[in-house]
Amino acid sequence: MMKKRKEIVQPQLKGELQDLYKNQKQHFVNGDPRINQMREDAIAYFSEHGFPTQKLEAWRSTDIIEDLKHDYKVAMEPEFDSVDTEKLFQCEVPDFDTALYKQLNGFFVDWQQPLTKYDNGVVIGSLKAAFQEYPELVERHFGRYANYRYNGLVALNTAFTQDGIFIYVPDNVKVEKTIQMVNVTQDENYSFVQYRNLIVMGKNSKMSMVQCDDSTNHQVSFSNVVSEYFLDEGANLDHYKLQNLNDSSTLVSAAFFEISENSNMSTNAITLNGGKIRNEAHVKINGRNANADVFGLYLVDKEQHVDNEVFMDHAVADCTSNQLFKGIADDHAHAVFNGQIMVRKDAQRTQAYQNSKNIAITDKATINAKPFLEIYADDVKCSHGATVGQLDDNAMFYIKTRGINEDDARLLLMYAFAAGVIEKIRLQPLKERIDDLVKKRLRGELSVCDQCVLHCSHPEKSYTFEIDMDKL
Amino acid sequence: MLTIKDLKVSIEDTVILNNLNLEVKAGEVHAIMGPNGTGKSTLASVIAGKDEFEVQEGSITYMGRNLLEMAVEERAREGIFLGFQYPVEIPGVSMTNFLRTSVNEIRKHKGLDKLPAADFIKLMNDKKKLVEVDSNMTNRSVNTGFSGGEKKKNEIFQMAMLDPRLSILDETDSGLDIDALKIVAHGVNALRREDNATILITHYQRLLDYIIPDKVHVIYDGRIVKSGGKELAIELEEKGYEWLKTHEKAL
Repeated sequence: MMKKRKEIVQPQLKGELQDLYKNQKQHFVNGDPRINQMREDAIAYFSEHGFPTQKLEAWRSTDIIEDLKHDYKVAMEPEFDSVDTEKLFQCEVPDFDTALYKQLNGFFVDWQQPLTKYDNGVVIGSLKAAFQEYPELVERHFGRYANYRYNGLVALNTAFTQDGIFIYVPDNVKVEKTIQMVNVTQDENYSFVQYRNLIVMGKNSKMSMVQCDDSTNHQVSFSNVVSEYFLDEGANLDHYKLQNLNDSSTLVSAAFFEISENSNMSTNAITLNGGKIRNEAHVKINGRNANADVFGLYLVDKEQHVDNEVFMDHAVADCTSNQLFKGIADDHAHAVFNGQIMVRKDAQRTQAYQNSKNIAITDKATINAKPFLEIYADDVKCSHGATVGQLDDNAMFYIKTRGINEDDARLLLMYAFAAGVIEKIRLQPLKERIDDLVKKRLRGELSVCDQCVLHCSHPEKSYTFEIDMDKL
Repeated sequence: MLTIKDLKVSIEDTVILNNLNLEVKAGEVHAIMGPNGTGKSTLASVIAGKDEFEVQEGSITYMGRNLLEMAVEERAREGIFLGFQYPVEIPGVSMTNFLRTSVNEIRKHKGLDKLPAADFIKLMNDKKKLVEVDSNMTNRSVNTGFSGGEKKKNEIFQMAMLDPRLSILDETDSGLDIDALKIVAHGVNALRREDNATILITHYQRLLDYIIPDKVHVIYDGRIVKSGGKELAIELEEKGYEWLKTHEKAL
């Protein structure tokens, strides 16, 4: 007898988005013929496949269909009138002198100056403006690394791409300041937000950047973010994602990296809070002697859900990659890690490592960690490991015998666990800031409104810890 | 200071300590010796408050209070210190801040204010000198990457910092070379006062060449079968634990 699989019905939003694309084409199909055609193909792909469902292996542990069944507003144009954007984006990192680029619900905010052009040739700003001002550059890279056939969300994002952050670093240029791109999701309505980032780094260029996704209220939202990164020969990218969203928000943030010979990249996804967050890092190592580090830290509690997907593609010989993911799941939270290392036939002398370590605080918390190696070359060094554990009873006892109470001992051990990923942060002020945020998060003091001046927060619980964790 | 009466302790239906009695007075150093697996470490853990052991019968009184009703951290704040046989590594937490938290918790319990940073550093430097530990140890994460000897010295250093009333050192001498052993012994001797007490748990008589105990107890099969002065340790060393077993049968 055939086993009947439960039919998954696509949300109404799917049809609405297809109609919206058809009716609002002037927003999308207006530029380069290749990209226009790609949008058409992408929406056709989306119409056929819809949103990714749990029937897909890569989405088995993460259901977004239910989250898409709300009545969302899809904004076609920026709406900045009701918001004081100056106040909204005040950065609280004291010694962190960054070049800040702001987005509200996926739209670039500073319309007085949509593209900043620096003397050294660096261009940073709105992707929408770059489509107009740098059509050749955008054409050369857009959609080349994020394949819309990857899934319905990437296809949808590709078809609908309007705005996001565009960064171009010319050959041999080292960007001194850290680039910080902040997207704030804030609307009175349930909002469906999409944006697209395109980062192009020339030969032997260097840059560090922080990509923040924040919410400032408790409203429901769904964000579909796709970022493309191209690193030419010898380029060096130090990239961080910092996510602090409310418990009603869903974020799918997929990053596609293509890196060339002698290049070096590091990406570190730090998930402090969010209802449902999925991070994807697709790395194609396409030139020899390149290195890719992919790190992640996630702290989830209540009913939160976090999913990290990594696809590390060693296409050529003599490259190295490292993956380290650490997460703590409390209450009924659910954490997922799926890491795949692909070593292709010609990728001899590859060294690829992967490690996923998780702590389940309660027996109601769920962790699914699945490492996966696919190796077609014979001279390689690869390893993977995935652990799910509890806080060490012996360590708890040890700390308590020094006069420290149960809650503080637990906090100390959770922090000690997370420190392994925090140590990987190379930007000192950011490291201190994240260190501080992680401590706040573990103490239960972090609010989604932590950086917001609107003072609309309603913290559910307040904790007091005696422990002095200022400079642990 | 500490009175243990008719103590019966089990773990998962296996009785480990049975009918154990012990009296420790202020100013005394007691050595508890015995073969492996006879319950020495269990006794240390039960006094410190490890909850995997079940106390089925008997009582432990500490400073006139029922110790068994006190939480692990409360026992520590009331002056009980356990030096671990296998100190735990806590990566990411520096020794300095771990100790500062610990010292301030104990001070708070005594109704004292937090120790100002400068005073804390001075205290740490004084105690480092007293127990002869390396100054760089305190900059490292708790026990992380420490050698066996460093971990044991670190236990003595913590003991010095927390200034306990009753210290229980569980096999602190095991795995130490003679130089490290001397440092540990020197630390214990330096901290010895009229108003505190120490219980040394050891398998070998060697440590007792450097720390002279007031009383020696031999634990066998979950209870103290013989008590005496320091000469008992020497006798035990000469005749071996086999002697004890025949002695036990004869009893």
